[in-house]
Amino acid sequence: MASLDRAARSLLLSELVSGMALTLKYFFKPKVTINYPYEKGPLSPRFKGEHALRRYPNGEERCIACKLCEAVCPALAITIEAEPREDGSRRTTRYDIDMTKCIYCGMCEEACPVDAIVEGPNFEFSVETREELMYDKARLLANGDRWEPELAKRLELDAPYR
Amino acid sequence: MDGFLASPIGILAITVAQTLALLVPVLIAVAYLTLAERKVLAAMQLRRGPNVVGPFGLLQPFADALKMLMKETIIPSGANRFLFILAPILLFMLAMIAWAVIPVQDGWAIADINVGILYLFAVSSLGVYGVIIAGWASNSKYAFLGALRSAAQMVSYEVSIGFVIVTVLLCVGSLNLTDVVRAQERVWFFIPLFPMFIIFFISALAETNRAPFDLPEGESELVAGFFVEYSSMSFALFFLGEYANMILMSALTTILFLGGWHPPMHMVPFTWIPGFVWFALKIALLLFVFIWVRATFPRYRYDQLMRLGWKVFLPFSLVWLVLTAAVLKLAGWLPA
Repeated sequence: MASLDRAARSLLLSELVSGMALTLKYFFKPKVTINYPYEKGPLSPRFKGEHALRRYPNGEERCIACKLCEAVCPALAITIEAEPREDGSRRTTRYDIDMTKCIYCGMCEEACPVDAIVEGPNFEFSVETREELMYDKARLLANGDRWEPELAKRLELDAPYR
Repeated sequence: MDGFLASPIGILAITVAQTLALLVPVLIAVAYLTLAERKVLAAMQLRRGPNVVGPFGLLQPFADALKMLMKETIIPSGANRFLFILAPILLFMLAMIAWAVIPVQDGWAIADINVGILYLFAVSSLGVYGVIIAGWASNSKYAFLGALRSAAQMVSYEVSIGFVIVTVLLCVGSLNLTDVVRAQERVWFFIPLFPMFIIFFISALAETNRAPFDLPEGESELVAGFFVEYSSMSFALFFLGEYANMILMSALTTILFLGGWHPPMHMVPFTWIPGFVWFALKIALLLFVFIWVRATFPRYRYDQLMRLGWKVFLPFSLVWLVLTAAVLKLAGWLPA
């Protein structure tokens, strides 16, 4: 009887039919893919994306050229040169990040005493040449100006856990 | 006007026009079959599939074609240049000329010859040459292994396809494809010959090297099978030929088993739709099943494939053939 049952099953292709039924069921299910360039997934406030140098609300740059980020950077991607400004405050004259070296570990952000260097939510900064990935101070400050609302919000959201 | 159409040039012009009227829709269908395949596979895997080029990705096939045309054709230094170029042309040509005998609607075949099925059978067998030439001329071990597998597989499954076709021919009494469809006026052959319909369909999958019988191009072990070394347009020709063959096999299944251009019932709402639309709808349904099967089943192992072909399908179709002949003879249903 068992063999008859098995023969009937294989002759009627029951397993094949049940497999096909399953795929047909999936055919009509809603899709799970995010329609990427038009639709984006949620990002954590701790997301480590493109770097930015922030300013105070009055427009003064936060960075005080302490060089902690340069020291902590495990990939040696950050280069800083500094000298006193005319008003006597210590500021950077050069703040470069080699984005091809950066490993996006976020140590610079952790080390910064004034929340000047941060990694923002932007991950869409692909470029066509290698040179464009050598970020200088102007570029980083521009990033900061562009993303400031989100950067501030992210820092605030993450502050309780720091 | 009559005089011109009856002259040799007129006949040539008519034939060319008919050929274009058939092949252009076939090629467009091939283009959209590639899109349909990607879309259906995507849907069954809960993905979206191509949706960026044009509305719903409808222009994707043209983007692909454009890309293929722009690429460089690479001919490996060890390859036999003449045969290397010949193989895709041959395969594509065979996939196209087979359409000459397909009756799209009553009387709408370019060549309504009395050996239509034999012609189709011969053309599909010749396809093996394209595969073998491609594999051999590439001078690459993967291509060669792929070609051997492909050829062995196509030859094996043609045997059972042959028996299935003979069974249908017994019920029709003619080798003319138009007659085959006419014989299904009242009942489509897939109802009385259901097991043969299944065998034919599965063999068609194997014949066109489709999943789950796609070992000739088994990505995981042979990279791409017999066309590994091909690039650009020569690759595109293989691709087009392969998909045109899929449509051809679906058309043949429709003609042999699903009543060709006949509507499901000879009643008013169905008879309003012209025959060639029914024909296309049936082909589209079968092509959907081709893709559906691909989305469902894992690939066969090679010995399992050969076992299925020679030890299951061959005896089964042979027995069914004898059975059909006996029933037709004893019941006196043999066609005159």
